[in-house]
Amino acid sequence: MIVADRKPIEEIIEYIKDANKVLIVGCNECVTVCEAGGKKEVGVLASALRMYFMNQGKDIKIDEVTLERQCDHEYLEEIRNIIDQYQAVVSLACGVGVQFMSEKYFQTPVFPGVNTCFMGVTEERGVWSERCQGCGQCILATTGGICPVSRCAKRLFNGPCGGSSKGMCEIGGEVPCAWQIIIDRLTALGRLDDYEKLAPIKDWSKERAGGPRKVVREDVRQ
Amino acid sequence: MNPMRTTRTDSKLEKILAAGHLAVTSECGPPRGSDAELIKKKADLIKNHVDAINITDNQTSVTRLCSLASCIHLKLMGLEPVLQMVVRDRNRIALQSDILGAASFDIRNMLCLSGDHQKFGDCPQGQNVFDLDSMQLLQTVRQMRDQGKFLGGDEIKRPPRIFAGAAANPFADPFDIRVRRLAKKVAAGAEFIQTQCIYNLDRFEEWMKQVRDRGLHEKVYILAGLTPFKSAGMAKYMKNKVPGMDVPDEVVKRMAGVPKDKQAEEGLKICIESIQRLKEVEGVRGFHIMAIEWEEKVPEIVEKGGLYPRPDPAAL
Ligand code: SF4
Ligand code: SF4
Repeated sequence: MIVADRKPIEEIIEYIKDANKVLIVGCNECVTVCEAGGKKEVGVLASALRMYFMNQGKDIKIDEVTLERQCDHEYLEEIRNIIDQYQAVVSLACGVGVQFMSEKYFQTPVFPGVNTCFMGVTEERGVWSERCQGCGQCILATTGGICPVSRCAKRLFNGPCGGSSKGMCEIGGEVPCAWQIIIDRLTALGRLDDYEKLAPIKDWSKERAGGPRKVVREDVRQ
Repeated sequence: MNPMRTTRTDSKLEKILAAGHLAVTSECGPPRGSDAELIKKKADLIKNHVDAINITDNQTSVTRLCSLASCIHLKLMGLEPVLQMVVRDRNRIALQSDILGAASFDIRNMLCLSGDHQKFGDCPQGQNVFDLDSMQLLQTVRQMRDQGKFLGGDEIKRPPRIFAGAAANPFADPFDIRVRRLAKKVAAGAEFIQTQCIYNLDRFEEWMKQVRDRGLHEKVYILAGLTPFKSAGMAKYMKNKVPGMDVPDEVVKRMAGVPKDKQAEEGLKICIESIQRLKEVEGVRGFHIMAIEWEEKVPEIVEKGGLYPRPDPAAL
């Protein structure tokens, strides 16, 4: 899933303080799972903002809605009839949702309510960590299923570097060394000889470096 | 040892190694400013006692005068620099371009490194590049030199004639793959290796044995890395704070066991004893003495280590 984290409320207040009527839009997908932008978080943020503006003696009406997804036309259309009443929208979806809403409702200011962080997993409730950077050409088949692009701090293809220490990455902060895990996995799979194959130079044109990417599937296109 | 004995470049370092002498290299860190005199002075202190001088590339990710410019200063003094290049800060265009820049001054040695993470330096909020990794940089240097081709496939006019080196850390985790990793670097094109500082000689010798078991000592020149301790505090710091460093307790104890004003001397003694012991290890082809901000002691270490005078490459 896409993992996001809540933005400080002060930042959100700054975005919307001049509006009279604000809509907070949650998303029922990834940000619900990582507890940053689902229905529950929409409710919590809306109450906190109401409280803040009431204390400030400001009359701002704050409404709430949570859509199934914000990255599909179908669900974003559900607010077409109401969106014009609002001077500001705060989307608690990931950056994708915020943008898709901005593109669709071109006259309405849409502000991000979360910091979108990465594609990752729930290690345990309250702990999420990165697993993929969408590099466009997955090499997990050669690295024992562990991704050095997203999990090695130097995205080394022929790691580990000299800083790997007791299973931990040199950057510290309890980050495991991806290459230690890769080697452990290759060992467990009886494939450590594969470690000695030099990884070819990466084609980064399939990644961010190549510019905004697009997948077009003629076979499923309507 | 024969495949190594023919030289492929005009590197003095390569020449000395190929002639079967124990080579001696050292390193200088460029200043945090634009005064080239500082690097020239450091080089002056050691130039008669070493065969080549590594210039570090923004080591520990702290911004400094660039490695290439520093190497040019050394070259203009008639010395033999080893250009250290990390893949942290440059993409493949910049790396290849800098290799040509170095070659245009006939800088003949390069050490290909990953580089410390930028988090340790003065720009922890900066972007990192890591377009290639250190092994792929080795492959790049070798392709440019041996095939005369850019990574993109185009022909290079006057290809760089550079002796390609890499670092190896015999002590980093996971220990089981340290020799495999060296094999990989050799396969990628490393012709010489400068190791991480060695304090745990037993463990280093065990690593060297595995290196010999695979015949790697016949394929790559291994220079044993040494850094003298200036104080017991430094020994403790290296032991506890520097990732991938193996400083045995007895060494720390030995340093702490002498009075403060004698500790520097003890550090030098340990370094010199290490040279004497490691000289005897089959496959050790020389020493890389990294006397961090203590360059003035390099001549003494080299002399007492029995590595002086240095051979004259012109006579080889
Ligand atoms: S290799 Fe690329 S696509 Fe595969 S997990 Fe890593 S970043 Fe994602
Ligand atoms: S310690 Fe491991 S994860 Fe960290 S940069 Fe080095 S190889 Fe990558």
